[in-house]
Amino acid sequence: MRAFVTVVGQDKVGIIAAICILLAEKNVNILDISQTILQDCFTMIMLVDASECAVPFAELRDRLAELGAKMALTIRIQREEIFDAMHKI
Amino acid sequence: MINQGEILQTIRMIDRQHLDVRTITMGISLRDCAHSDIALSCGKIYDKICRLAGDLVKTGESIEAEFGIPIVNKRISVTPIALIAESCDAADYLPFAKALDRAAKTVGVDFLGGFSALVHKGCTLGDEKLLRSIPEALAETELVCSSVNVGTTRAGINMTAVRAMGEIIKETAYLTRNSGSLGCAKLVVFCNAVEDNPFMAGAFHGIGEPECEINVGVSGPGVVYEALKAAKGQPLDAVAETIKKTAFHITRVGQLVAQEASARLKVPFGVVDLSLAPTPAIGDSVADILEEMGLSSVGAPGTTAALALLNDAVKKGGVMASSNVGGLSGAFIPVSEDAGMIAAARAGHLTLEKLEAMTCVCSVGLDMIAVPGDTPAETLAAIIADEAAIGMVNNKTAAVRIIPAYGKKLGDRVEFGGLLGSAPIMPVNTCSPAEFVLRGGRIPAPMHSLRN
Repeated sequence: MRAFVTVVGQDKVGIIAAICILLAEKNVNILDISQTILQDCFTMIMLVDASECAVPFAELRDRLAELGAKMALTIRIQREEIFDAMHKI
Repeated sequence: MINQGEILQTIRMIDRQHLDVRTITMGISLRDCAHSDIALSCGKIYDKICRLAGDLVKTGESIEAEFGIPIVNKRISVTPIALIAESCDAADYLPFAKALDRAAKTVGVDFLGGFSALVHKGCTLGDEKLLRSIPEALAETELVCSSVNVGTTRAGINMTAVRAMGEIIKETAYLTRNSGSLGCAKLVVFCNAVEDNPFMAGAFHGIGEPECEINVGVSGPGVVYEALKAAKGQPLDAVAETIKKTAFHITRVGQLVAQEASARLKVPFGVVDLSLAPTPAIGDSVADILEEMGLSSVGAPGTTAALALLNDAVKKGGVMASSNVGGLSGAFIPVSEDAGMIAAARAGHLTLEKLEAMTCVCSVGLDMIAVPGDTPAETLAAIIADEAAIGMVNNKTAAVRIIPAYGKKLGDRVEFGGLLGSAPIMPVNTCSPAEFVLRGGRIPAPMHSLRN
């Protein structure tokens, strides 16, 4: 199952590192990363494969959200299909 | 990989513009639950709902978690209970309502619709008993919703039933007086009711529907509003195009959720109902959309035209996004559930008469309107008759959900809480239609009902 992790917030040291550690711990493979900084607002989009994830999807979502709260960022994970459904015909 | 802008657009819609799936509604046929013994029939109903809908809420929650799209309500609609209940001799159908309420609570859904009767051409004995049971059923249950279809384009309007509904609404208001006459918010009177509507309070599982199916209602007035902000000053055909594109995006999410729910629950997918359903939250209002088009307030001259454009564009945009579109599909204009409508009604800019005109072009009808508690039953019936006539002649669904809030008068306000919001008491024309209503009988179907 592929999903997008999106991270939005104030740029700081260690954002990508912290998220990658968490994803690795849960056995989630990163397929692609893109990031931009617009007026100090850090935006990162990560395509991941969560089919071998060690925990249920809802728990992974909660762990990422908790990490986001700790780092004053908004971190979400959503299955790829919702973006495809909305933007591809 | 999909582009970054599109991903962020989706997230913005969900996060800031209140995009949600308003409801996953499981339609369940109860036709095999009729029995001459009321206790056995109620038992069969309870068991069947719990068996089929046992995983509905859990499934909805897992889809919500995986796709990151809020699914606000999980609901059930059932076969109109009058059809099931009339096999037994009981005079009072309250036990059926209680069985439905228990089942709804056991499976954890938000509402269950279908304490209903279809009486557009006349009442059977069972229909009459169901109608008489409505006030108590709504007062003594929490999650059960009721609807009565009093007219169709094909059959005309059953004015005897319309008259009865005026009285039933008054009695429901009285019996639920301690909660702002909340019972009336769970009671819809229809003309041309649809059989696969997932929205409450008017959902029921029609007699032409399968054993069990999943219908999904999408929402998203806030997304349309934000999109229109970017089209400021442009001509109205550009406005319509913007709404169509937005409706397409919204409906695709509904279609995805419907397919997922259907596959996971192993229940066939019925329809996506692409209605713009407002909530009392700021920024989630249909009134805001109409005002963004250039009206200083909803209710101003031009409101009906703006709403007609909106309603049509929503359908055109949504219809290609889903394999099966159905239900009510269009724009809802419930007063108490829409912050912009509430404000316009309080300021006196939006009147009952203007709302009636708006219902000629919106998807449903007079919805969640609070009127003085001393409004006579005949006046309520006449309001229903007017609305039913609009539905009948225009070949569209029309409905009335009106709350004669017990003990309240003009200038007061009634609070329902949650998605039902709060409603200012609106003035009603005080000229009496009693003699007209008391005639009863039927208003014959219009000429264009003879289409064969």
